[in-house]
Amino acid sequence: IKEQEEIEAKAIQIGSKDRSKKRVEASCFVSMEVGRKMANMLGTDHDLNFKETELCLGLPGGIAVVAAGNETESSSSPKTNGKRGFSETVDLKLNLQSKESTMDLNKNLDDNGSKEKSGSAKDPAKPPAKAQVVGWPPVRSYRKNIMANQKNSSEESGNSGAALVKVSMDGAPYLRKVDLKMYKSYQELSDALAKMFSSFTMGNYGPQGMIDFMNESKLMDLLNSSDYVPSYEDKDGDWMLVGDVPW
Amino acid sequence: MSEDDERQQSPPSDLEFVSNKARNCNATGSGSGHPEFQSTYPDQVLENVLENVLHFLTSRRDRNAASLVCKSWYRVEALTRSELFIGNCYAVSPGRATARFTRVKALHLKGKPRFADFNLMPPDWGAHFNPWALAMAKAYPWLEKVHLKRMSVTDDDLATLAELFLGFKELVLVCCDGFGTSGLAIFVSKCRQLKVLDLIESEVSDDETDWISCFPEGESNLESLIFDCVECHINFEALDRLVARSPSLKKLKLNRYVSIGQLYRLMVRAPQLTHLGTGSFSPSDIAGQGDQEPDYVAAFAACRSLVCLSGFREIIPDYLPAIYPVCANLTSLNFSYANITAEQLKPIISKCHKLQTFWVLDSICDEGLQAVAATCKDLRELRVFPVDPREDNDGPVSEVGLQAISEGCRKLQSILYFCQRMTNAAVIAMSKNCPDLVVFRLCIMGRHRPDPVTGEPMDDGFGAIVMNCKKLTRLAVSGLLTDKAFDYIGRHGKLVRTLSVAFAGDSDMALKYVLEGCPQLQKLEIRDSPFGDAALRSGLHHYYNMRFLWMSSCRLTRHGCQEIARAMPRLVVEVIRSADEEEMDDVVGTLYMYRSLEGPRTDAPKFVTIL
Repeated sequence: IKEQEEIEAKAIQIGSKDRSKKRVEASCFVSMEVGRKMANMLGTDHDLNFKETELCLGLPGGIAVVAAGNETESSSSPKTNGKRGFSETVDLKLNLQSKESTMDLNKNLDDNGSKEKSGSAKDPAKPPAKAQVVGWPPVRSYRKNIMANQKNSSEESGNSGAALVKVSMDGAPYLRKVDLKMYKSYQELSDALAKMFSSFTMGNYGPQGMIDFMNESKLMDLLNSSDYVPSYEDKDGDWMLVGDVPW
Repeated sequence: MSEDDERQQSPPSDLEFVSNKARNCNATGSGSGHPEFQSTYPDQVLENVLENVLHFLTSRRDRNAASLVCKSWYRVEALTRSELFIGNCYAVSPGRATARFTRVKALHLKGKPRFADFNLMPPDWGAHFNPWALAMAKAYPWLEKVHLKRMSVTDDDLATLAELFLGFKELVLVCCDGFGTSGLAIFVSKCRQLKVLDLIESEVSDDETDWISCFPEGESNLESLIFDCVECHINFEALDRLVARSPSLKKLKLNRYVSIGQLYRLMVRAPQLTHLGTGSFSPSDIAGQGDQEPDYVAAFAACRSLVCLSGFREIIPDYLPAIYPVCANLTSLNFSYANITAEQLKPIISKCHKLQTFWVLDSICDEGLQAVAATCKDLRELRVFPVDPREDNDGPVSEVGLQAISEGCRKLQSILYFCQRMTNAAVIAMSKNCPDLVVFRLCIMGRHRPDPVTGEPMDDGFGAIVMNCKKLTRLAVSGLLTDKAFDYIGRHGKLVRTLSVAFAGDSDMALKYVLEGCPQLQKLEIRDSPFGDAALRSGLHHYYNMRFLWMSSCRLTRHGCQEIARAMPRLVVEVIRSADEEEMDDVVGTLYMYRSLEGPRTDAPKFVTIL
């Protein structure tokens, strides 16, 4: 009888450990939910600067979490779709929880498939996707392979060897660097540069009544107006109109 | 008059299955002067007249009908048939075919059933071209054209074609495998009269042989060279020279190893092209600064005869505007490997007023489909493929896109539509707006998905299709479906010849409705549906009229299939085992059965049991 009691006692211990683990997981869900909602709110406002000024624990883009809390400098490689991937949110918001449950949840996310491209984050409480069935949906493996190869090569070219270019603006205290592969058009590059340089304060205006760069919306209007056109100096030293050469 | 058997076992239209006539006319060694073949003078005249007249008959269905009129017509038809089509390579042996038809110039042969494309059949199942190649070499040394689909072709077979048929002109391989670039090299080097080499969605192994360089020097007769499925680098300079010396070249479809810069050079060489597959449609280097970009727009503008455009295998969308000059003339556009958005599509599609065939990825979303519907009033065929072919994803296209197409493209005849959600209402709308539909294939990728708006099964949608589309011959169903859907198909799908079913139905009744109700049914492929032996029995009256029946992961038992095999001697009943099944299991994993004049085939692999 004593043995049995011991066994039962052990069973209860194990049971309670599970329960507490579940409690931790449950609170993970809650904070993730909140974190996700916030990320979505921020993400959808693509034109406003919330992302740039948001206090966060690390750089968006899935780069390793940095502990310092007051880095406001935006990363050098903003994602062009404007939304932070779900897994990145999890990394940032959950480092207070137990490692175990974070890993469990991340595994869950992997099962559900990456959502970064479609831009919608999945409800974490939803069960993992059904196991893939052989030959379903009925797409020929030939076609499936090609689409998979395309995806791989676009991911590869994104990760391997960024096309980094130095950018300097007259009057700015230091230069910036941009990864040209992060942008798909001149407009996107132009917008990103505007954001990048709008954070500098300018104590004095230039002699010709230079534009107030502090006011970002003014800058955006300017860039989109017909009074000014974006141009660049090419390797031969000629000033060229942006757009003639396809991106 | 014809010597038909009973109506139920009357000869099927596309197989020369006439037992009496086979007895009379079958080669029994050398002919022994059968009295009926010693014709008198008027009969000879009649036969000559017939021969001349029948030369004009090209449709194989008409020819099959003509061959049943009487023995004389049978004989003359056999002499004048120059294009031989065999829908199932195991239905008749090469020997029997060559004995009946003695003057064949073109052979069209199909092998594996379609579900083999989706890994539902183990490799090495069969459909070998080799015995046919050898038989043809003896019987038809003047053979000019071979068209194969889902057959296994070896390098040796390619060599045979090139070496033993001196006037060989056309080779078309669709969804074939078993050969490589070395086979291609031998083939092109020896086939001096070659006009057409079309490799379509075939698997070509890379033996690292430069086959393009093996085309003979001097002017070539090439009219069509399609190799977009060949996943190996090619020697571009050799290709350039080949195109330069092929003045008759009209169709050229490049693989993804050809860059846009190389495409430009080829287009400048061959502005007479009517069909172009653009290869990768991206430059070979990514950050190629400095070099002046060729004038792609001018190159396209120079191709005044271009009507069919495809390729775009690794597209950089910024180059898309280059094709503007040809859009107005395009009748066929294949973007199904181009991951482009609606915004990128719109400026193109808005110019494509004459478009009749459009293949595209669902990356264009419902919005892109709306743009198609707004412009392409002449559209006959639409195929929408998924970028991400997985279940349980949020899909970019839905009932909204289908509805738009149905409203804008009233002449639609054929549609293949992959989506994650679909409503009965949209399908019903299409059935009413597009009465000319001949092919309706809807693939709702999530299994057993009901109508997301009403929560109902998709029965009514498909029911409307079979009711309203009176010309429908091919149907593929999906989503949550009860027996009711199949009742509709049985009642109204009187012209349906091909039916694809997956994860559908509640009971045997569903299959019964179809087998009893659809007299034209020829190809039936079913997977993962709850149909058992009783349902199988209900088709006994019809199986000789069908090309094949495929049922995998249903509820068939071995003894149920055995019953069928016993009842129908001219049916080959194959039970195909997957890796984890034992030979004597009573549950049948895959049933594949087909009519045949030859009985069980001798080349069946170990995992196939013929009952």
